[in-house]
Amino acid sequence: MSSTVPILELRGVNKSFGPVQVLNSVDLSVYPGQVTALVGDNGAGKSTLVKGVAGIYPFDAGEYLFEGKPVHVTEPRAANALGIEVVYQDLALCDNLDVVHNLFLGREQSRGLVLDEITMERRATETLRGLSVRTLKSVRQQVSSLSGGQRQTVAIARAVLWNSKVVILDEPTAALGVAQTEQVLNLVRRLADNGLAVIIISHNINDVMQVSDNVACLYLGNMAAQVASSQLTHSQVVELITTGRSGELGLQPEVVSQASA
Amino acid sequence: MSTNVTDTDIPEAREETGIAQALRDYWGRVKGGNTGSMPAVLGLIALIALFSVLQGGVFFTALNFANLLNQGTAIIVLAMGLVFVLLLGEIDLSAGFAAGTCAAVLGVTLTNRGWIWPLALAAALLTGLIIGLVLGVLVAKLGIPSFVVTLAAFLGLQGVMLLIIGEGGTIAIQNDFLLAIMNNNMPVWAGWLLWVIVVLGYASVSLRAIHNRRKYQLVSPATSVWLAKVVTLAVLLGAAVYILNIQRQIVRPGRQTCVSVDPVNQPVGCIPVIQGVPWAVLVVLILLVILTFVLGRTSYGRHIYAVGGNTEAARRAGIAVSNIKISCFMVCSFMAAIAGVLLASRDNSVSPTTGGAQTLLFAVGAAVIGGTSLFGGRGRVIDAVIGGLVVAVIANGLPLVTDQSGIQYVVTGGVLLVAASVDAITRKRTSAGG
Repeated sequence: MSSTVPILELRGVNKSFGPVQVLNSVDLSVYPGQVTALVGDNGAGKSTLVKGVAGIYPFDAGEYLFEGKPVHVTEPRAANALGIEVVYQDLALCDNLDVVHNLFLGREQSRGLVLDEITMERRATETLRGLSVRTLKSVRQQVSSLSGGQRQTVAIARAVLWNSKVVILDEPTAALGVAQTEQVLNLVRRLADNGLAVIIISHNINDVMQVSDNVACLYLGNMAAQVASSQLTHSQVVELITTGRSGELGLQPEVVSQASA
Repeated sequence: MSTNVTDTDIPEAREETGIAQALRDYWGRVKGGNTGSMPAVLGLIALIALFSVLQGGVFFTALNFANLLNQGTAIIVLAMGLVFVLLLGEIDLSAGFAAGTCAAVLGVTLTNRGWIWPLALAAALLTGLIIGLVLGVLVAKLGIPSFVVTLAAFLGLQGVMLLIIGEGGTIAIQNDFLLAIMNNNMPVWAGWLLWVIVVLGYASVSLRAIHNRRKYQLVSPATSVWLAKVVTLAVLLGAAVYILNIQRQIVRPGRQTCVSVDPVNQPVGCIPVIQGVPWAVLVVLILLVILTFVLGRTSYGRHIYAVGGNTEAARRAGIAVSNIKISCFMVCSFMAAIAGVLLASRDNSVSPTTGGAQTLLFAVGAAVIGGTSLFGGRGRVIDAVIGGLVVAVIANGLPLVTDQSGIQYVVTGGVLLVAASVDAITRKRTSAGG
């Protein structure tokens, strides 16, 4: 299930914080039904790029196309309205509430004044089933009783509950053990198989190679390359992250020296 | 890309859970650290048993039971308001003197200015809302810790109260309606009618919830669990109504009991009839139902829990965090205003000590003993009622056992400390469970 038309496309976006140029004419294409891994060393601009897409720090210049049309995403709500959801590393779940409450937090369904718990519980169960989530005993469990992987699952389910089209995951496996990492990566894959466009930020090259369809590598604020994962080896990704180029791939030597200057 | 991880699925079979299962689930929650009101209920039973043994003749009587409710009412109402602030993880130290200030407004407008009582009552309640608004804005918008803001208000309101009451010292309340709230009782039949309404109301609301869940094939408690809860409630409340409907005045030989509550046309020197459920119980019941609904069944209530549980998560979910905080302080001070009116009604007057002394600490103690967390995010309005009864039993029972007020303070402080320890341990357990 892949498409040749990107659902989200950035062309030549720039972002500076004061005198510091964080993003320098970056291009990115994200396709529905595909997992796009965004990699890069610390300070390469991954977070800034994602925050620009999410409308938290709007880009200074460049084109932002959604479903082929130019859009202006200058605040998080605009991104949400387009169907873009971000799952941040710290997940932002309320421990004292149960899974259903967390999934609908801030967007509760009500009938008149009264919360419609039944509709919410059914939708929550449907969504989790649709993601083939089998790790939860009950949707009425308190989040405080969940494991790290289960929490990640709840956070991801919350992002897809609202018919979102693009889901951005910031380091979803960073704090997880082996088994739970596997669960979450399977879930990420299923999101894409369900037709969503997924952007995953990760430092773990094994995870990246396992789950992604293509890899976009940032190097000191420049997009070094966006290549299909099948055409990359593990060491090539490492080389792209650390030096900005790998053989024919990547930035021209003069760009590299300029960026690192 | 297959997974070797074995997991349990979300239960496909929507089997009903019986009483045994319900008890096991409950025990599981308790072991997991979520004790709820259980320590308070056990403590209440233990205290009642203890005082009955130590002071059987005086403590366990109809008269004392009514007294105990009378002493506890204002604390329970104050604690109900405090639950809202505690749910945020904040504190309101000024609630006691907010109650006093509102009572002073009531006294001055009613007695000194001669306003009609609805207007005076409205002025008192409005004063509560305004105090809450000011506290809430200072905490939520300026970001001053609530401990400091309300400590300042604790001192400040004490002064405001003195200024309002003036040099006179005490203002008498003479309005019949306001005095009736804390001093009169319902007729016997009305007590039983109230019992029927409460039990039937609880039974039908909970049964409808179960039916709705079954209709959509969601996990629901078995009918036996529902029946057990309804019967328990009916028996407990029935016993309370029965005891309160007993003639509380001690009958002396050789003297006739009055024919009715009506003071006119009675035999000379007859013993007055004092019986029935105090009207104050109805006030507490109505507030309990309304606030429980707000916290548990509306998105506003859900947002309060969210802010108390994880403020950042609530903010990112689009919840207006400052508005929630301000509104909770307003609810708290509004409830304090009601408590102030109840105190004025009980004492037939307003004085500079109204709402002072241990009133606030008793109320905070009541909420915490009932199971509301000081760390925010966990608590219910019923906690205030259960905890308030515990505090009332201690405050009422101890003086019957010992006349040393030193011991009374030490015991009350100790109970609060035990409750706070249970709260802290609970918090540790639940966070370790993740």
